[in-house]
Amino acid sequence: MKARKWTQFLTWSSDPSARGILVWLSSIGFEGNLEVIGRLGSSRMSGRDSKLLTPSPLCLVLPSIHTLTFLPERKLGDENRGRPGYPYVTGTSVLGIKYKDGVLIAADTAASYGSTVRYKSVERLKACGKHCLIGASGEISDFQQILQYVDKLILNDYMWDDGNNLSPKDIHNYLTRIMYNKRNNFDPLWNTLVLGGVKNGEKYLGVVTMIGVQYVDNHVASGFGNHLARPIFRDEWHENLTLEEGIQLLEKALTVLFYRDRSAINKVQVANITEAGINISEPYALKTNWDYNAFKNPTVGAEGSW
Amino acid sequence: MFRNQYDTDVTTWSPAGRLHQVEYAMEAVKQGSAAIGLRSKTHVVLATVNKASSELLSHQKKLFKIDNHIGIAMAGLTADGRVLSRYMRSECINHNFVYESPLPVGRLVVQVADKAQVCTQRSWKRPYGVGLLVAGTDETGPHLYQNCPSGNYFEYQAFAIGSRSQAAKTYLERKYETFMGCTKDELIRHALYAVKESLQEEELTSSNCGLALVGIDEKFEILDPKKLQAYIDSMEDATKEEAAPTEEQPPHVAAGALLTRESSGGVEVPADGDGPSPMET
Repeated sequence: MKARKWTQFLTWSSDPSARGILVWLSSIGFEGNLEVIGRLGSSRMSGRDSKLLTPSPLCLVLPSIHTLTFLPERKLGDENRGRPGYPYVTGTSVLGIKYKDGVLIAADTAASYGSTVRYKSVERLKACGKHCLIGASGEISDFQQILQYVDKLILNDYMWDDGNNLSPKDIHNYLTRIMYNKRNNFDPLWNTLVLGGVKNGEKYLGVVTMIGVQYVDNHVASGFGNHLARPIFRDEWHENLTLEEGIQLLEKALTVLFYRDRSAINKVQVANITEAGINISEPYALKTNWDYNAFKNPTVGAEGSW
Repeated sequence: MFRNQYDTDVTTWSPAGRLHQVEYAMEAVKQGSAAIGLRSKTHVVLATVNKASSELLSHQKKLFKIDNHIGIAMAGLTADGRVLSRYMRSECINHNFVYESPLPVGRLVVQVADKAQVCTQRSWKRPYGVGLLVAGTDETGPHLYQNCPSGNYFEYQAFAIGSRSQAAKTYLERKYETFMGCTKDELIRHALYAVKESLQEEELTSSNCGLALVGIDEKFEILDPKKLQAYIDSMEDATKEEAAPTEEQPPHVAAGALLTRESSGGVEVPADGDGPSPMET
């Protein structure tokens, strides 16, 4: 790729999705040398969550000789926007599945500050109106902003008081328009939203990403859930899951995520949306098993280590 | 109407507490040719009297499709009506873009009414000189609304506006209690009868009236002249089967008998006719 003087930059990415990053960036007009410095030891980013290099609690390596210069209007965040172009406090995966009577969405209650799991009681699942629930991964403050938008929308709709109500689909599309619009102005809300609801017997489950990608499916996940939970869903999801089976499936995926995602914690919430209404459980702990031989006497192979 | 010194400006109140400009605008609506609307539990029908001022002139377009689920009939200054229908179409399409679902007709009507109200409170504007009958469906079923130049809006079971609308209204007042249970064809026939009342001496043909229909699972469609003529012919067949003396006199029957007559005598318009004529926008 030809390097243009004014568009050289550094990106962090995890190897499998390096190509994904290349494609993404070239599609928004950036060309240049992409130097993958190497995987940050504690990196937990999937393709979508990779960030452009800017000082942030997640970056611990000095910049290389390629300096970071952007055209002023192309930068992902500056004083004029009043918001940084990178996330600080982030939530990890959100999982969603449809089941017989409705939709189940689950997430843990952690918010990380870079590699530190800073906040452990963050509710990342919020009900919006009577029929809809939104779960978010990514920057928590941006999620709070999105909740403000949705709140205004729901209030407006409620005030009409004319027998018409917003359906989950309406809210989904509204959010997509917002995310896509902000992305076009290089000022994204750094979230992947999972949206679920039931209206007039119809179950709805969809996703919106920070660049405005929108889709619906029978089972969805965001962040690391895409890599770890969705294969489990593909194998074990079927049309007529009961509530218990659905929760079991979600808990299985959440447990895997707790084992393998370093920013997940063992405190989760599961939300159940049915025609009758929305019910978000109190946070509870998953059962985990650490009783493996490999974990006993960990220093047996290397005296003096811990 | 008489002239007085308080009617030059829309922003001038008269001592009697009236805005004369607004009332004159409503007069313009009353001078336009008639538009009639009626609804059942599943459909709303709009019918218009299309008067051409000369033989050489083609008929004015008074029925407009706003969206797949909303349409309007207008009476009065049709130029103003076109502007309003362009606004309504724009609102519907914007709503669809953001929410991917149809704009509820009641909310659109309020937006139009608010737009009309602005023109009654600015000295550099004038009220819209057109009355709209808005037919549409939303989550709660089919609805018929009227929008006035004054900025008011009303919901109706059945209504008529324009010149000689009183005759149509009288017919509707007689029959409206049966409308909720009507089938699509029955409702169309009622609308045509009402148009006939407005036409009075003239014979009802597909060239001097227009008809449009929207339903819960049916897109807004302006009937093309062939289909319309078929309905008109079916009206006459139905009348002939009755013991009514003359053709022009609408049948005076009790509601129950009306329904049985319609079902036995009506001509069914084939469902797969030539289809709706393409909407000129």
